[in-house]
Amino acid sequence: MSNLIILPILLPFIAGTILIFFAKSSRLQKIISTVSVLTLVVLSVYLAFLAFQDTIILEAGEWAAPYGIILVLDNLAALMLLITSILAASCLFFAFGTISKKREKFYFYPFYFFLLVGVNGAFLTGDLFNLFVFFEVMLLSSYVLIVNGGSKYQLRESFKYVVLNVFASALFVMGVAWLYSVTGTVNLAQLSERVAEIGQPGIVTVIAVMFFIVFGSKGALFPLYFWLPRSYFGPPAAIAALFGGLLTKVGIYAIIRSFTLIFYHEPLFTHKGLITVVAGLTMFFGVLGAVSQFDFKRILSYHIISQVGYMVMGLGIFTPLAVAGAIFYIVHHMFVKTALFLLAGATEKITGTTDIKAMGGLIKSHPALTWGFFIAAISLAGIPPLSGFFSKFPIILSGFQEGQWVIAAVALLVGLLTLFSMMKIFGYVFWGENKLTEKQSKTSVTKLLIPIAPLVAFSVVLGFAAEPIFAYSLHIAEQILEPSNYVDAVLKE
Amino acid sequence: MEIVMSIVIGIIFGTAIYLMFSNNIIRVLFGTLMLSHSVHLLLLTMAGLQTGAPPVISLEADTYTDPLPQAMILTAIVINFAITAFMFVLAYRIYQDHGTLDLQQLRGAKDE
Repeated sequence: MSNLIILPILLPFIAGTILIFFAKSSRLQKIISTVSVLTLVVLSVYLAFLAFQDTIILEAGEWAAPYGIILVLDNLAALMLLITSILAASCLFFAFGTISKKREKFYFYPFYFFLLVGVNGAFLTGDLFNLFVFFEVMLLSSYVLIVNGGSKYQLRESFKYVVLNVFASALFVMGVAWLYSVTGTVNLAQLSERVAEIGQPGIVTVIAVMFFIVFGSKGALFPLYFWLPRSYFGPPAAIAALFGGLLTKVGIYAIIRSFTLIFYHEPLFTHKGLITVVAGLTMFFGVLGAVSQFDFKRILSYHIISQVGYMVMGLGIFTPLAVAGAIFYIVHHMFVKTALFLLAGATEKITGTTDIKAMGGLIKSHPALTWGFFIAAISLAGIPPLSGFFSKFPIILSGFQEGQWVIAAVALLVGLLTLFSMMKIFGYVFWGENKLTEKQSKTSVTKLLIPIAPLVAFSVVLGFAAEPIFAYSLHIAEQILEPSNYVDAVLKE
Repeated sequence: MEIVMSIVIGIIFGTAIYLMFSNNIIRVLFGTLMLSHSVHLLLLTMAGLQTGAPPVISLEADTYTDPLPQAMILTAIVINFAITAFMFVLAYRIYQDHGTLDLQQLRGAKDE
C-alpha cells in the first residue's frame, strides 16, 4: 500500500524517459504525455483520499526511518500533489495547441515531466537533503524549459535566473551542513525532535534564517524577487503558466514545512518578526511593480510576488486560522494564476503582443475569453463570492485578531491595488475601441480555452463551496501545527 | 584542523563571490564552480574531520569517519556537474546569439 506514494515521482520520470526516444514524433509525444498526465491526476486524487485517512510513510529499501530515505505523504503534501497534477494537465493541453514544432523537437515534453518529478519529490520527501536533490531536479528542468526555444531574450534572462538559483542552492547545502553539524541528522522528523530537545538556541535560529533566505529566493520573497518578472516573460505561455502557478509555491511549501515542523520554537523572532515583515514588504513591492507595468505577462508576474506575500503572511501570524488561510490561498492562487497566465497566452495568440496598450476591444470578438479573464481577475483581487475572498478573509481576520494591525492594513491595501491593476488589464485589453485587424478578430481560440475552463471553474467552485474546502484546510493546518503528528508517524513512536 | 579548513573555505567562498561579481560570463561560471567546491568542503568539515579512519563501521573499529556527509557530497557533486555542463553550454549559446560575453552588454533594456 505505502509503495503507492512513490508513483507520483516514478510515473513522470518513466514518462519523461520514454518521451526522449520519441522526440521526433509530435503525435506520439502528445499521446504518451496525455496518458501519463491523466494517470497522474487520477493517482493524486486517490492519494489525497488515502492521506485524508492516515499519513502514509514509505521507507525506501526497508531502512527504518531516521537512517533510510523516506517519503511522507501527509495531508499538506497530498493536497499539493493534487493541485500540481491538475495544473500540469491543463498546461500540457494548452501547450499542445501553442508550442511550436521546434520546441517540441528540443525535448519540451520530456523536461516537462522531469520538472514534475522534482516538484512531486519535493512535496513528498521526508529528508532535508533529498529536498535539496529534488529541488535541483526541478530547477535543472526549469533551466532547460525556460531557455527552450533559444530566443535572444530567453538566453540573456535565463542566465541570470540560473546564476541566482545556483547561488541559492549553494546556500541550501551550506544550511544543511550547519544543521547537520548541530543536530547530526537530516531526517525532518528527527530534526524536529532534536531541535525541540535543545529548545532552538541562537545557532539554530541563525540556520532557520538561512533556510528562509534559500526558500525565499526560490519563492520570490522580498528582496529576492527581482529575477521573477524578467525570466517569466521569456518562455511561451504554457511554460510561464506552469512556472507561475507551481515553482514559487514549492519554495513556499518548503518554508511552511520547515517553519512548522522544525523551527517553530522562537515564533516571536522568526514568525511574528522576520516572516511577517518580509511578507508585508513582498506584498507591497510586488503589487507596486504590477501597478507600474503595462505588459500583460509582467503584471501577472508581479502579482505572483505580491500573492506569495499573503501565503507567507498566513504562516507569519501562526495561528491555525491563519495557516489554514495560507493553505487555502495557495490552492486558490495556483488555479487562478495559472488560468490568468494561460489566458494571457491565448490573448497573445490573437493579438501577437503582450503590451496591453497595443490591444483593445477584445470583448466584441472574443466574449468567452473576456468573461473567463474577468472571473479569474476578480477572483484574484478577492471579490466575494469567488475563491480569492475566502482565502484572504481568514488571513486578514486573524491578523486583526492577533493585533498585527500593520500587516493586516498592508494586506487590505494590496488587495485594492490588485483590483486596480487587474481592472487596468481589463480596461485596456478587453474594453476600449477595437484595435484588432479583420484577421485577428477572426482568430479562434476556443480550443485553447478548453484547458483553461476547468481552472476558472475551480476558482468559482472554491468560492461557492468554501465551507468544506476551508474545513479541509483547517484540518491540514491543525495537522501541521502539531509537529508530533508528523514525528510520530515517521518515527513510529 | 576544523579551524584551518574553515579559513580555507572562507577564502574559496570569498574568491567565488568576487568572481561572480565580475562582468565576464566565463568568470561568473568559474565563480559558481568554486562556490560549489567551498560548500562541499564545508559539508565535510561541519560533520567533523577524522584523520586516518575509514568511513566504515565494523564491530572492532574504535574510530571511524561519518560516511553520511561523504554520500551527500557525492550527490551534490554529481548535481553540480550537470548544472555546470548546462551553464557552459548556455554561455556558449549566449555568445553565439549575442556575440558577447560581457554582462554589461547583456543588460538588455532596448527591446523591452
